[in-house]
Amino acid sequence: MTNIAAGQGAFLSVEGLSIRFGGLVAVDAVTFEVREGEVLSLIGPNGAGKTTAFNAITGYLAPSAGEIRFRGARLNGLKPNRIAELGLVRTFQKTSVFGGRSVLENILIGLHLRSQQRPLAILLGLPSVAREERTLETEARRILEFVGLGARALELGSALPYGEQRLLEIAVALAARPQLVLLDEPVSGMNAVETASFMAKLAEIRALGVTVLLVEHDMKMVMGVSDRIVCLNQGRIIASGTPAEIRRDPEVIRAYLGERYARAHG
Amino acid sequence: MKTGLTTLWVGCLFSIPLWMTDPYVLHILVVTGIFIVAAMSLNLLLGYAGQLSLGHVAFFGIGAYASALVSLGFNVQLAPGIVLILDPQPVWCGMLSGVLVSGAFGWFIGKISFRVRGAYFVIVSISFAEVMRLVAVNWVELTQGPMALNNIPPLTLWLPGVGEHVFWKKPENYWLVLSVAVVSYILIRRLVRSRAGRAMVALRENEPLATSVGIDVTRYLVLTTVCSAAMAGAAGALYAHYIRIVDPDVFLFIYTVTMVIMVITGGKGTLAGPIVGGLIFGLLPETLRALAIRPEVQWIVYGVLMILVLYFLPAGIVPAVRQWWQRRRSDAAAVRAST
Repeated sequence: MTNIAAGQGAFLSVEGLSIRFGGLVAVDAVTFEVREGEVLSLIGPNGAGKTTAFNAITGYLAPSAGEIRFRGARLNGLKPNRIAELGLVRTFQKTSVFGGRSVLENILIGLHLRSQQRPLAILLGLPSVAREERTLETEARRILEFVGLGARALELGSALPYGEQRLLEIAVALAARPQLVLLDEPVSGMNAVETASFMAKLAEIRALGVTVLLVEHDMKMVMGVSDRIVCLNQGRIIASGTPAEIRRDPEVIRAYLGERYARAHG
Repeated sequence: MKTGLTTLWVGCLFSIPLWMTDPYVLHILVVTGIFIVAAMSLNLLLGYAGQLSLGHVAFFGIGAYASALVSLGFNVQLAPGIVLILDPQPVWCGMLSGVLVSGAFGWFIGKISFRVRGAYFVIVSISFAEVMRLVAVNWVELTQGPMALNNIPPLTLWLPGVGEHVFWKKPENYWLVLSVAVVSYILIRRLVRSRAGRAMVALRENEPLATSVGIDVTRYLVLTTVCSAAMAGAAGALYAHYIRIVDPDVFLFIYTVTMVIMVITGGKGTLAGPIVGGLIFGLLPETLRALAIRPEVQWIVYGVLMILVLYFLPAGIVPAVRQWWQRRRSDAAAVRAST
């Protein structure tokens, strides 16, 4: 299953990825790669296929064609939970937390993969289970401190204000100890102050050695945090490069601002 | 403090047969206790994993039939030339088989419902219970059909200091059921306060998010149905050897409804919920009968009380009491702070 040669250099490689819904081609032969340690952003107008590509990479959607490899392992056909086990964890475009559970329990659920308890050991009430539960709680509180939700540990997930719910969402994803985290519009709906503090947080996440693949509409944020940007329009890649290159790219300007603007300023 | 209180509670429950000598009351307590064990097992699926199993009585009935058949022995022709014969086995063996067979069926249901959620799971579970009832009615060679399995032996156990003991009398059956209930409670508590329990709750609260952090939802759904079914099977086995007659009516839909009422009114997804709901709605019909009210009125009172509970305490009795208690405590703290 593991083919080292194919995965060489690339951390995550997406090759010729196509997704069709009946006659509609949502993603059309998209090829890009994410390098270890970088922040790569996927941008594009609404309906460009960013989230669809995300869903295919994380196993929520079966690709119609193409190959997805993460550190050499082929991801096609794997279930989302298997992909998470390999170290690739995502967040969702719409706020998604365990609303009926406390903030701390949200993180404890996120720590699922780090826990070793076997069903029989749980039923027998072995001391190893209790010991691990204490370790997990310490770890959960550490993660909450990291994202700045330490004081909210015992509140219900759904009781948090919107911006903090988005932070909690990312904390849950981080609890699964990803090597590559896929964030789907993490700052949508946040105000300018919250966005700025989130950008600082993203730098810290990166410093932990986590590679980030970002889908985002907020251009200021994208330009500020990304190492590289891939721009999609109508399911195809129209440009890729550094933020400076993307900003100057006529195709990108046309897709975002329209034909006339591009002619006038091109 | 809290464990002390719990021990005191359990001690009280164990002492009941010592001062309560009325066999009728003890009988009601035994039957209610058996239903509470079944309701606790349903709570695991309905309350924690969030899957409404409207065929839960199937596991109860399978446990009852399996346990009764193993302890009575059977002689069935499966196909021409293939005859399955089992000599009567000790009752504890039967009860154990009841638990295991029921758990095996739970595994099967968990597996086939691996893509079925919500309404579809409800339909699968209802059909399953109905199929089981039809098998019990029609496979006369094995189950005696509507003639019922009679003369099921009561449990015989070797007890330290007593020797061979047959569970004929009400008090000892009461203790037996209470012990099984306590063990079930402890097992459920361990389960829900662990990685497995969190995975179940994650499945209930937000399935896509649960899978995104690596929870194998199918695996935990199967684990939940197996545990839940095995526990319901244990309740069924207790029933078979206490009532000592099992007929296809143990698969009736009304019993599932009773369990669901117990779980929902008590508070689904709480440890104490099925116990509180089970005590109220298990003892209520008998209490009303004891008051010598006309039968129609009894059922009206039962229904009205249920509607009132659900209308005023939609989350169930236990969460409502807990909330009230917390508010009272925080109010008291606020008063202390202001003076």
